Amino acid sequence: MSMVPTLLSVEGLTKSYGGVHAVRGVSFELRAGEILALIGPNGAGKSTCFDMLNGQNIPDSGRIRVLGAETTGKKPRVIWRMGVGRTFQIAATFPTMTVRENVQVALVSHGGQLCNLWASTARQARDEAGRLLDLVGMGAYAERPCGELAYGDVKRLELAIALANQPKLLLMDEPTAGMAPRERVELMRLTARIAREQSIGVLFTEHDMDVVFEHADRILVLNRGTLIAEGSPEEVRGNAQVRAIYLGEGLLYDARHREGASA
Amino acid sequence: MRGYFVGAGLAIAVAAMATSAMTTQASAQSEIKIGEINSYSLLPAFTEPYRKGWQLAVEEINAAGGINGKKLVVISKDDGGKPADAQTAANELVSSENVAMLTGTFLSNIGLAVSDFANQKKVFFLAAEPLTDAITWSKGNRYTFRLRPSNYMQAAMLVEEAAKLPAKRWATIAPNYEYGQSAVAVFKKLMSEKRPDIQWVDEQWPPQGKIDAGPVVQATAAANPEAILNVTFGADLVKLVREGNTRGLFKGRTVVSFLTGEPEYLDPLKDETPEGWIVTGYPWYSIKTPEHDAFLKAYQAKYNDYPRLGSIVGYQTIKAAAAILAKAGSSDPEKLIAAAEGISMPSPFGEITFRKIDHQSTLGAFTGKTALKDGKGIMVDTAYRKGSDYLPSDAEIEKLRPKD
Amino acid sequence: MAFYVVQFLTGLASAASLFLVASGLSIIFGVTRIVNFAHGAFYMLGAYVAFTLTERFSGAFGFWGGIVVAALVVAAIGVLVEMVLLRRIYHSPELFQLLATFGLTLMVEDLVVLIWGPDDLVGRRAPGFKGAIDFFGQNIPSYDLFLIVLGPVVLGVLWLLFQRTRWGVLVRAATQDRDMVAALGVNQKWLFTSVFALGVFLAALGGALQIPRDAVNHAMDLRVIVEVFVVVVIGGLGSIIGAFVAAVLVSELNAFGILIFPKISIILVFLVMAVVLIVRPWGLFGKPEAPARRTPGLTVNPWRPLTTNERLAAIAVLVVAAALPFVGGNYLLTVGSEIAIFVIFAVSLHFLMSVGGLASFGHAAYFGLGAYGVALLAKMAGLPMIACLLLGPLLGLLGAAVFGFFAVQLSGVYFAMLTLAFAQIVWSIAFQWVSVTGGDNGILGVWPEKWAASPSHFYWLSLGVAALAVVILRIIVFSPFGFALRATRDSPLRSEAVGINGKRIQWTAFVIAGTVAGLAGALFAYLKGSVFPDNMGISLSVDALVMVLLGGVETVSGAVVGAIVYKALNIWLVSQTDLSKLVLGGFVVLIVVAFPKGIVGTLEAFMHRRRKSSSSASSPLLTSRIESAE
Repeated sequence: MSMVPTLLSVEGLTKSYGGVHAVRGVSFELRAGEILALIGPNGAGKSTCFDMLNGQNIPDSGRIRVLGAETTGKKPRVIWRMGVGRTFQIAATFPTMTVRENVQVALVSHGGQLCNLWASTARQARDEAGRLLDLVGMGAYAERPCGELAYGDVKRLELAIALANQPKLLLMDEPTAGMAPRERVELMRLTARIAREQSIGVLFTEHDMDVVFEHADRILVLNRGTLIAEGSPEEVRGNAQVRAIYLGEGLLYDARHREGASA
Repeated sequence: MRGYFVGAGLAIAVAAMATSAMTTQASAQSEIKIGEINSYSLLPAFTEPYRKGWQLAVEEINAAGGINGKKLVVISKDDGGKPADAQTAANELVSSENVAMLTGTFLSNIGLAVSDFANQKKVFFLAAEPLTDAITWSKGNRYTFRLRPSNYMQAAMLVEEAAKLPAKRWATIAPNYEYGQSAVAVFKKLMSEKRPDIQWVDEQWPPQGKIDAGPVVQATAAANPEAILNVTFGADLVKLVREGNTRGLFKGRTVVSFLTGEPEYLDPLKDETPEGWIVTGYPWYSIKTPEHDAFLKAYQAKYNDYPRLGSIVGYQTIKAAAAILAKAGSSDPEKLIAAAEGISMPSPFGEITFRKIDHQSTLGAFTGKTALKDGKGIMVDTAYRKGSDYLPSDAEIEKLRPKD
Repeated sequence: MAFYVVQFLTGLASAASLFLVASGLSIIFGVTRIVNFAHGAFYMLGAYVAFTLTERFSGAFGFWGGIVVAALVVAAIGVLVEMVLLRRIYHSPELFQLLATFGLTLMVEDLVVLIWGPDDLVGRRAPGFKGAIDFFGQNIPSYDLFLIVLGPVVLGVLWLLFQRTRWGVLVRAATQDRDMVAALGVNQKWLFTSVFALGVFLAALGGALQIPRDAVNHAMDLRVIVEVFVVVVIGGLGSIIGAFVAAVLVSELNAFGILIFPKISIILVFLVMAVVLIVRPWGLFGKPEAPARRTPGLTVNPWRPLTTNERLAAIAVLVVAAALPFVGGNYLLTVGSEIAIFVIFAVSLHFLMSVGGLASFGHAAYFGLGAYGVALLAKMAGLPMIACLLLGPLLGLLGAAVFGFFAVQLSGVYFAMLTLAFAQIVWSIAFQWVSVTGGDNGILGVWPEKWAASPSHFYWLSLGVAALAVVILRIIVFSPFGFALRATRDSPLRSEAVGINGKRIQWTAFVIAGTVAGLAGALFAYLKGSVFPDNMGISLSVDALVMVLLGGVETVSGAVVGAIVYKALNIWLVSQTDLSKLVLGGFVVLIVVAFPKGIVGTLEAFMHRRRKSSSSASSPLLTSRIESAE
């Protein structure tokens, strides 16, 4: 494991709003091919943390580096160009384009062709887009209008878009929110498969503990802006502090209970 | 797919234009057509009396046997107050309706636009109402003639009276566009020539049609002028007068005011008409000449309404056009120009002449003072001032007007 | 000192009447999200009705009663309009409501002349407020004092209404989040109607109260509407306090501004608005706008380039159009040239509006800059026509580059208003800088050279340039840049997350659109042989919007059809009738209500449906058989 390079390194990330610490001194690392979950109760600072990682929010202090390069305070589009793909809690795609065009836009952007006023986009990176769509199981829908897709398919399309820049790191904000249980499992399996095959590091936040404990290699637990636990699913599950936080919500209990039942 | 729609759209357009063009082709031999353009939809208050005026003239001309035996037909178009639309209308009149000449227009910029069009397309144009000096002088051209007394002439008439006033401190209030600006400039120039001792202490330039009268009146009063020149008209004038009356701006100050004596502008003021303003205008109720009596009687008989100045201008425009056409005996523009240069004709204000040197008619205007009578504004102490007396010397005009 | 106090009070009085109208507009926008262009028309109607009533019933009771009754009558008309017209189009794209209310305004302008006649009407003075009060030697009209008190009173009443009544709470909730109110089970229809009625009541009251100060006439609506828009935007859309503060700010700046710069009034409000929007993009008291709602009914059919057959058809149409000089006379050709030029203008706005999602309300500025560019180059530098046509539009490019940079920082209504402000600033420069632009009298004698002078040659030139512009813009739509632009319009979040610099893309699009508009203006200058400030006026900007919406905002080529139909209809109507505004307004309203997708959009939807129904005609039978088999 130690031979695998560090993809993402976060040191002392801090952000406060009007004197209230949303995130305080968060540090962690993520390695290539690793799937890391960031969990915590509502208001723990997950979203703030995530927004700072992808450039939508600027930290008060701390450093973020991707593959050794500083990304702190950079704009999302710059961070994307450094090899970071991302998906949103509410899937963000281009509803007036076809599925294939959605991916083509990202590919064209990755190819540095945005200022091309002349070429026909339809012919740009057509096959590449088809390959990405096949990868996420959307190949058959390539010519469908994106606005007509079912939400689960939109999520898969979003994953294909996020992969268009051949990212080293994938940031996924609640990737399974709003999906049916069966779709959730499928999407996370797909993500995990792609991550392992292409050696992509994945950082995701998630409310569904089933998803977290089944797919994460490691889990970070955030509470009131600080990291209170970090480790493998087993370690985190056994952590008394974590259990104390989650007891009120019943989520962790639920997860363990269900796993116990299946065992 | 777009193609079909474009095609359909074009087809509709073509069909519409073609039908309107065809219906007017008939009976061209026994008629003489005049094209007329004015801002009917934008300025109905001024153009309705104007329209009544020219319609009366058409009726009289045709009743008297038409022009050299041909029936006079006026084809009238609305320009919506836009120079570009006026040109479209002019083009339609010339190209599709084959009119012998163009007449009309109220706003200066539209008059200039049509005048430039006439110059380019070599069409005779008789401008009716636009006041700008440019149309006969700095931007004058051989195809354009103008009926109404210009800005300069109106200013010169007012200056004659204003110069007699003891007032030395003058302020001006004028709408912020070319008409207002040039009216003030000419007035100041002529006034300062006659009275080197006067001072210009304040100027206000409210936007045309949007005067915020309270602050303007206050600001003018603050400069403490002894006399005020006003160039605003229409709704702006009403607001100015109302604020000025309430705030006492006009108390102890003489106001000299362009056009305010014209019924178009004076009548709306009703019992709030300020008294003692020196104005140019049209006191139709006190003109006692046979020419005017005849006109007045005919007008009132036809419309059961009194004439405004616009009625006079509309009436005389078509009368002048008919006189020029009759003299030329042809609709060839060159012959029309030759006929028009120096032509004299009767008008409700007496005989007028279209000058050869700048194509300006010598139609004059009345000056007088505003007064209240039975809760209505009128002009008193009126005097008709012949246009020919208030024009600069020929040498000056030669300098102003570009060579043809 | 007394003078400054009085000038301040005078400013306050102006502010009060402005506030009444502005607050109504703001309330209506806050709840219904309708940018009610007809607000000025209601203001005008209020004045007309009040004039009639106060003339008929004399005395203090007659006057004040007449004012209030007039406002109520007009509010009832407003309710009728809301129920008959607006209810049908709440779910249309925002611009459609603007268009419908614009059409209404056009109609009302002609209607009041038909009903009340063309003359300016001067109403009675307010009983009890006829004179002035002496303040250290300065006179303050007592009616001004009345208005100064009335402004804050209305503000207070509105505040109470919104804070202390259940209805007010609902309105505030709806202003914050419309869906929430729907979720609460409130009858949204009733709420909207009542809000609209209140807004119209305030506008009509504002108009009625002008009777003692103003002359009632048919141009009152346009005089007030632009100014009121500006006040609402400065204050922040939906904020009543904001409207009040902005009204005071604008009026006081004007009252004192004219002491230093007597010519400032013409441009002041727009300068203030531009500065406010650049510094505080959501107005003084506004909140950042929620992301523009994705309108239901938005075409999900993705755009596609023309198929080969369609291309051939387009070329065939172009060939037919090019044959016009062989059948049409000079007038028809000149009209054809004008239409072709407006096709260029409309497609340039369409590019910005439909492809870029940026609805500019000041697009005429770049059209006009192109025209002035040509006129100045031709008259001052004496350049040949070809050089002028190539270089003139660069002035449009320059203007678009400067103003676009600031404008694309905003979106939605605020973008629209900032573009409007810039256009007005450019317009007033052209209007006031007499020594260069000739002011109102424009620049004359910009006629084409011999080779293009004949109507047929100029027609071919215009047609050729129009075809070229349409083709080039279409190519750009389907180029990577066009996709990036649409991506930014569709989802700013996603486009940023795939490396697209949205602002720069939009800025580039603004410059492209401005340059093409400048090209249209350049041709227009030669067509008319002259340029006037009119060429960059609000009405031209609105014309362009109508053309795009008429053709279909969600189509690729609607603008072409919209421009042809609208311009042809407009020229024909103006030529045929003095009531062109009534007919045109009615036509616009009809289009919006009956064909909200525009002409091309409606046709496309129709064909789409036919194709679908013919291909799936057999399938319902099939499925039912399978079901029964099971």
